[in-house]
Amino acid sequence: MDVAAEDPFRGYDPGPFFCELDAARGGDGGAAATIRHRIAALGLAALRSRARAAETDLFNLGITFTVYSEANAIDRILPFDCIPRVITAAEWERLDRGVRQRVAALNAFLDDIYHARQILKDGVVPADLVLGNANYRSEMEEFPVRFGTYVHIAGIDIVRDQEGEFRVLEDNARTPSGVSYVVENRHLMLRAFPDVMSGMRLQPVDDYGQRLRAALTEIAPEGVLDPQVVLLSPGIYNSAYFEHVFLAREMGVPLVEGSDLCVENERVFMLTTAGLRPVHTIYRRIGDEFLDPTVFRADSLLGVAGLLGAWRRGHVALANAVGTGVADDKAIYAYMPRIIRYYLGEEAILPNVETHICREAAGLQYTLDHLDELVVKPVGESGGYGITIGPRASAAELERARAALAADPANWISQPVVGLSVGPTLCEEGIRARHLDLRPFAVTGRESWVLPGGLTRVALKPGSLIVNSSQGGGSKDTWVLAAGAPG
Amino acid sequence: MNLAPPLLARYAESLFWMARYLERVENIARLIEVTYTFESPGRESESWYALIRINADEESFSRRHGAADPETIKRFYLIEADNPTSIPAAIEAARTNARVLRPLISTEMWKQLNQFHRELTAIMPSELEGDALSRLSNRIREGVQAQTGITEGTFFRDQSWHFHELGRLIERADQTTRLLDIKFHLLVPYGREQPVADKREERRLAELTQWGAVLRAAGGYHAFRRVAPVEFSPADVASFLLTDASFPRSVRLCLDEIERHLASLRVRHGLGGTLAALEQAEELHALIAGAEMERLISGGLPVGGLHGFLDRLQRGLILLAAHIGTAFFRDWRPLAQEQAQAQ
Repeated sequence: MDVAAEDPFRGYDPGPFFCELDAARGGDGGAAATIRHRIAALGLAALRSRARAAETDLFNLGITFTVYSEANAIDRILPFDCIPRVITAAEWERLDRGVRQRVAALNAFLDDIYHARQILKDGVVPADLVLGNANYRSEMEEFPVRFGTYVHIAGIDIVRDQEGEFRVLEDNARTPSGVSYVVENRHLMLRAFPDVMSGMRLQPVDDYGQRLRAALTEIAPEGVLDPQVVLLSPGIYNSAYFEHVFLAREMGVPLVEGSDLCVENERVFMLTTAGLRPVHTIYRRIGDEFLDPTVFRADSLLGVAGLLGAWRRGHVALANAVGTGVADDKAIYAYMPRIIRYYLGEEAILPNVETHICREAAGLQYTLDHLDELVVKPVGESGGYGITIGPRASAAELERARAALAADPANWISQPVVGLSVGPTLCEEGIRARHLDLRPFAVTGRESWVLPGGLTRVALKPGSLIVNSSQGGGSKDTWVLAAGAPG
Repeated sequence: MNLAPPLLARYAESLFWMARYLERVENIARLIEVTYTFESPGRESESWYALIRINADEESFSRRHGAADPETIKRFYLIEADNPTSIPAAIEAARTNARVLRPLISTEMWKQLNQFHRELTAIMPSELEGDALSRLSNRIREGVQAQTGITEGTFFRDQSWHFHELGRLIERADQTTRLLDIKFHLLVPYGREQPVADKREERRLAELTQWGAVLRAAGGYHAFRRVAPVEFSPADVASFLLTDASFPRSVRLCLDEIERHLASLRVRHGLGGTLAALEQAEELHALIAGAEMERLISGGLPVGGLHGFLDRLQRGLILLAAHIGTAFFRDWRPLAQEQAQAQ
């Protein structure tokens, strides 16, 4: 059989973008070439039938997220692409250090702004950006957290530009999700593509649950010998419920809802068949504002009355801490390279996407001069609201953006459009280039540990840069090659 | 030292109900099997209406459908998910509980239930016709049995297992009383008339055929044959289903098992609060041990005959479930009750 004649990679063209499965890239010990060869040998028909079976498997296993339409709840899988994304050992070594550095800076920053506020006094970050931020929690002021760790679980969104440089796009310091897919995607690949994986030396992803449980045990109140850890979920109707189940199971701890917990004498208990049992660490997957109806939103049914009081008394630990949202805000993101330098005396190992801060004269001038090349984002908003994408904007839209910038420069930042890297992806028309990003997950108790790889999201629509699952995104297994893997 | 992991009260309750609903699915399928076996030309509607009486659904059925015909009744139990006593409703409730329990149950249990749920919520009207119905009820029964087997083989045997089994056994005992009761609902019209002498033998044989069908639906026909006299009477059948010590669907065996699980919770897992439930199980034991089947079957004594007796058993089982719920599933502290009511 003439394999070359029906090479499924024939229509694959990364264009000007960096390819994550480039066989000519060094440092992979030939892994990319091997993977391409094996996938080509399987052929498109086999790839498709295995991919279909893999997705059915995901559905039957209930590895799904829930989408609500008017009348009912529909379980959807995150579309899975079976061609893996490869990260070399050297690339990972740098990503790992970069993520840990980032998390260290986020924690130092939070510790500072909720205590001495030195960085504000020194004028490195404008005080109003922090103190006027909707996610700033005055309840946190002067409150000590163990090891100074506020962000116990972080997800750092990283993209790779056309030159192959990894850049941080966004920090997620509240309740980042997606880690369950990292582990489940690996299991799926092992089941469905053992022949593609055969002999590949990959860094394992299986110990996330153990690492997480160890960190949550570390941060429990001092003096508790065998801390009871629980995962607090909004419940079975939450779209990320599967991930909560996954994490509770991997850690071997109860998944609780607010109604399972109560506070008595400023201590937290869970209601069991044997009565009340003390709880010492809560990994909460609900937002700050829902945690405690006596402190935040009074209408919250998800939280526990008195929880914050018990926390402030040091009787229970919360992961992540309250008030971390101020650190992963777009406004603060722009200052992250300076924040890293300020606390750690180091340059950022993983640079930001180039960001112009319009409250500063130079940033404003640059933005106005290059408006048609830049993405202009308001700092306060989230969810893509109020963004102007210069290259795609009409003249009128550009003028509106110009006026808005002039009226209130402090409300804006601008960034160039990043040409995200691509990976070969199984599409209707064959194997095609699709844009990717990467979200590594860091777990921090006393120290930080980063799960090798992370969630690779892929924009399945041709040309699209939007990898979100709500907008046609899927995911891939992320293979971090073991150090010293044979060539 | 107590190394046993604690069990959330909410999980215990969900286990109990997941098992109950699954057992119910199987038993509705069994009731349907026995009903179409009873279906005799010209009396189809009466046969199927017995199903409605057994489930005490007279009111809700007539509100939804008015007059009862076999096809409507089949749809009511096999397709209409918004009828709470239907198979789709029961499997939906079982799956919702399983969803709560996903951190606890095995992946294999969830996967099977998930697929089974999809199958049962997509039953087509054509599957209720002719011989298709027999295949469908077989498939439903086997689906639950597969689930039972997976559970037996994969579910961790800590205290959660006991709550699962308690739910399953209480439902099973309850459903056995209902299966037995079908005779009451079907034969009452005959029972009131005094058959003429030469019809008596014919009727006796017809009745035995029907009792045989009840035994088959309970999966106990051959076991019964091994222990029953050659010339068996209806009282022998009722005795077997209620008091046999070895038949897995007999009320007696369910009660034995229930007591064993309650005792395990108490002794092995140190859970107090089982006393009221244990006492109630003992009372039910005493009730069936003291029953005089011949007199019950021949009607009249004691009050209400067999139907009245089964009704007492059913009420006793409801009370048993309530005792378990009070002891383990809810927050019994007075303050918590007030708060719960205030919300």
